[in-house]
Amino acid sequence: MAVGKKEISCPPSAEGTGLSDADISQKNVTYFEDHPNLAYSWTAGQAMSRFLNELKNGKLIATKCEKCRRVIFPPRIYCELCYKPIDDWVYIKDTGVVQTFSISFIDPDAKPLEKPVIVAVITIDGASPNMGIMHIIDEVEPEKVYIGMRVKAVWRPESERKGTITDIKYWKPLEG
Amino acid sequence: MEVEVIKGLKFHKKQDVAIVGAGMTAFKRRMLETGKELSYYAVKQALEEAGLDIKDVEMVVLGSAPDAFDGISLKEEYLLEGAGGCDRPYMRYFVGGGTAVFAPIAGYWHVASGLADVCLVVCEEKMSCCQPHPQSAFKYIWDPILDRPLKPNLIWIFALEMRRYMHVNNVKHEDIALVSVKNKANALDHPCSHVAGKITVEDVLNSEPMALPVRRLDVSPPSDGAAALVMVAPHIARQLTDDPVWVTGVGWNLDTTHWTNRDLYFPRYTAEAARMAYRMAHITDPRKQIDVAEPYDPFDYKELHHMEGLGLAKKGEAPILTKEGVTARDGDLPVCPSGGLLGVGNPISAAMGVKVCEIYWQLAYRAGKRQVAKEVTTGICQAWGDLMQIGTVMVMSNKR
Repeated sequence: MAVGKKEISCPPSAEGTGLSDADISQKNVTYFEDHPNLAYSWTAGQAMSRFLNELKNGKLIATKCEKCRRVIFPPRIYCELCYKPIDDWVYIKDTGVVQTFSISFIDPDAKPLEKPVIVAVITIDGASPNMGIMHIIDEVEPEKVYIGMRVKAVWRPESERKGTITDIKYWKPLEG
Repeated sequence: MEVEVIKGLKFHKKQDVAIVGAGMTAFKRRMLETGKELSYYAVKQALEEAGLDIKDVEMVVLGSAPDAFDGISLKEEYLLEGAGGCDRPYMRYFVGGGTAVFAPIAGYWHVASGLADVCLVVCEEKMSCCQPHPQSAFKYIWDPILDRPLKPNLIWIFALEMRRYMHVNNVKHEDIALVSVKNKANALDHPCSHVAGKITVEDVLNSEPMALPVRRLDVSPPSDGAAALVMVAPHIARQLTDDPVWVTGVGWNLDTTHWTNRDLYFPRYTAEAARMAYRMAHITDPRKQIDVAEPYDPFDYKELHHMEGLGLAKKGEAPILTKEGVTARDGDLPVCPSGGLLGVGNPISAAMGVKVCEIYWQLAYRAGKRQVAKEVTTGICQAWGDLMQIGTVMVMSNKR
């Protein structure tokens, strides 16, 4: 072994052949295509099942750890800081404060959206500081949204609720 | 940032670890070569620089991000031969984007523990397989119950984090755009770059909006590419070269995956990872003791965010340092002299080529046109990933 290290300025070369999108669409290169079809169903688990079922009643539920005194949201069945089971379930309000927000022009596949959506991290009233969720904001002009804005959940009618996070249609500004 | 020096760190390494060779392929949006072929190119370059043969390699560490990009489960087995992993202990490490520095950290364990004297680290990414856009694979990292029904795009997290950072530190978008301008210009000197160019702050501010405040030119592009690194024990390094580069500290840390429960303005995971690495490398004042840095820069604000996390700037100070030219290649603290992910390209784990490999080349004075103006002794590189909550840090020095 050990023929000795070469004195070269690095990287010595940039190997690899770049292709354009047209090379694929016009079949200029040899390639192979496959469309895997995988389907999944996720069980919601102990904490999330209760949370989702409470959404059907139009309520947000959190868990409480008596040791660190945190009201934890989204709820979990353990306190990850004290590493012990939670002590209680508590209802919290459906109002909150915008911590940060974005105006999105793209969908999950990076395709342009017809109408931009406002997405925000909202900390919920009644939970401990920084206990927030990501959700959509509507009924407001994008340029009027600000950090610290108070918002309220807009629920779907009870008959349309399915026990998913989208049972809250969006959050709207809370006047006054 | 002052970090207390703690004596008696619970870490007894068997031997020091030197880096003696590195290699990388071109980074491109789409490449003809398969992942195996790209890995082969990078490994050949690294072994060539080190003056070693594949037969000298005792163990191989592979880093590669989600299988969903390649559409091949158990990607490590698929890449085995190209990565030179046949007939020797071979293991894949994966922490999302953080892999770019985490795979070399794993290589460090292999040598520091005394299990191997020569360890090869290979990082490969082929994002272009995923159609029509790799973004489609990213949607499966969101929480299936809380986040996915809202039809999120991965950019959302960054946009939310960037807004929070700007709000708390009172930073303007034009100050952040300077990072994109600097890195894309630096990348003009990198032979592997695919999005290098001379742009202006106005170009960034007027580029297509993705998820405001994030615009097209705030973001690094998805890329194909591979990178490799040779790590050896001191007695091997001595036979090969008079001036190897030593790994003096490593650190990694994860924050909660409930990302909406964190205050996004400060990367605590990076600060904690850096604290671990600094303790190992006996660094007490990073701003003074570190000569060159490669923080992870998939977005322009992220370079600033991570500089603050690494203690290279006080909270809110990184944009000021950038504005004053401190972070330029001829500045007092060159940051991303390679051109980073914003300029060279962002093939998730293969970003090792512009992070760890670049700091190695800078400290070995082999970076060619990219070599920073000042004299360098100590460098740092850092990556970030998983659900935006892992920090991985490596400190290197050309003095043992």
